[in-house]
Amino acid sequence: MNKVKNNKAWWLVLPVFLLVAFSAVIPMMTVVNYSVQDIFDQSSRYFVGADWYRQVLQDPRLHDSLLRQFIYSACVLLIEIPLGIAIALTMPAKGRWSSLCLIVMAIPLLIPWNVVGTIWQIFGRADIGLLGASLNQLGINYNYASNTMDAWVTVLVMDVWHWTSLVALLCYSGLRAIPDVYYQAARIDRASAWAVFRHIQLPKMKSVLLIAVMLRFMDSFMIYTEPFVLTGGGPGNATTFLSQTLTQMAVGQFDLGPAAAFSLIYFLIILLVSWLFYTAMTHTDKQ
Amino acid sequence: MEWMAWTLPTALFFAAIAVMLMGMTVLELRRPCAERRGFLPIVTTRGDRLFIGLLVSAYLHLVVIGLTDWNLWVASLLSLAWLLVVLRWG
Repeated sequence: MNKVKNNKAWWLVLPVFLLVAFSAVIPMMTVVNYSVQDIFDQSSRYFVGADWYRQVLQDPRLHDSLLRQFIYSACVLLIEIPLGIAIALTMPAKGRWSSLCLIVMAIPLLIPWNVVGTIWQIFGRADIGLLGASLNQLGINYNYASNTMDAWVTVLVMDVWHWTSLVALLCYSGLRAIPDVYYQAARIDRASAWAVFRHIQLPKMKSVLLIAVMLRFMDSFMIYTEPFVLTGGGPGNATTFLSQTLTQMAVGQFDLGPAAAFSLIYFLIILLVSWLFYTAMTHTDKQ
Repeated sequence: MEWMAWTLPTALFFAAIAVMLMGMTVLELRRPCAERRGFLPIVTTRGDRLFIGLLVSAYLHLVVIGLTDWNLWVASLLSLAWLLVVLRWG
């Protein structure tokens, strides 16, 4: 039987195409235009070629914040992914408790970023915060405003608190999709809990785990609000990540050309990583 | 369009991308491509190879700008060669 091909259906994509063009493609083209010019105002702008890219690529401030950003995203993934899997494995599969667990797990995800930052800013304060003051009372010298390590730990714990639920919920949905026959077969073979996890649960969770890794990588790589509210990027520049460096450049110093070049480099990094994850995911599906 | 701060080189760049996308669309309608595996370690369509070609070209330009004193045309010519290779044998 011949399959009828009707390309007119592509017209249905037109609204979303126009929307994306208006909200993403045209602004992106403008950023590209800005990145090759020195702009003083609307009427005085000069073509500078690749100068801003050269300046940004050789800027130690960018190198430092890029390194910090990669370390931060790596830490986020290394903590949140195993923790999310562990939580999902311990959550009840059905019944009243499973609903309660799902609701409790979803609560941190509903809190806006700036509110999370404010909660942890107060919570961690060495003088009045429950966490900060308690740690100091216990004799642990903790102050995220002056100690680099404390600031990093606080920013990381805040992210873990905010986003591990997402990983756990995704893994939970992946676990619930595994048919019972696999577990029955494992019981017949007297498989250990580790063997069940290694050969049944983990392979079956692969797709959702890839989505979780991709979402957490992209979110953590673009993080701005929480560290900005919590530490303001300090002490010094210790928790100044890429978004904040970019904002300082574009809004603080109004260096539109270098900021545009920076944005495009930032975009290319995210594009590459997202494509790698996408390829890994579609490749898994094909297998 | 004044607010978009157009320059001739960026206009030519986007025109080239637009021509490439339109060319790919026409080519797909005339000769629909099948997924295949070339020297790249994954199965790709023609569009995948164009994307990979453009992405690598962008990084190649960044490497030339950031690490060398070479003229940018060197990066552009290398990118063009890479794009042709990846589209034909990728």
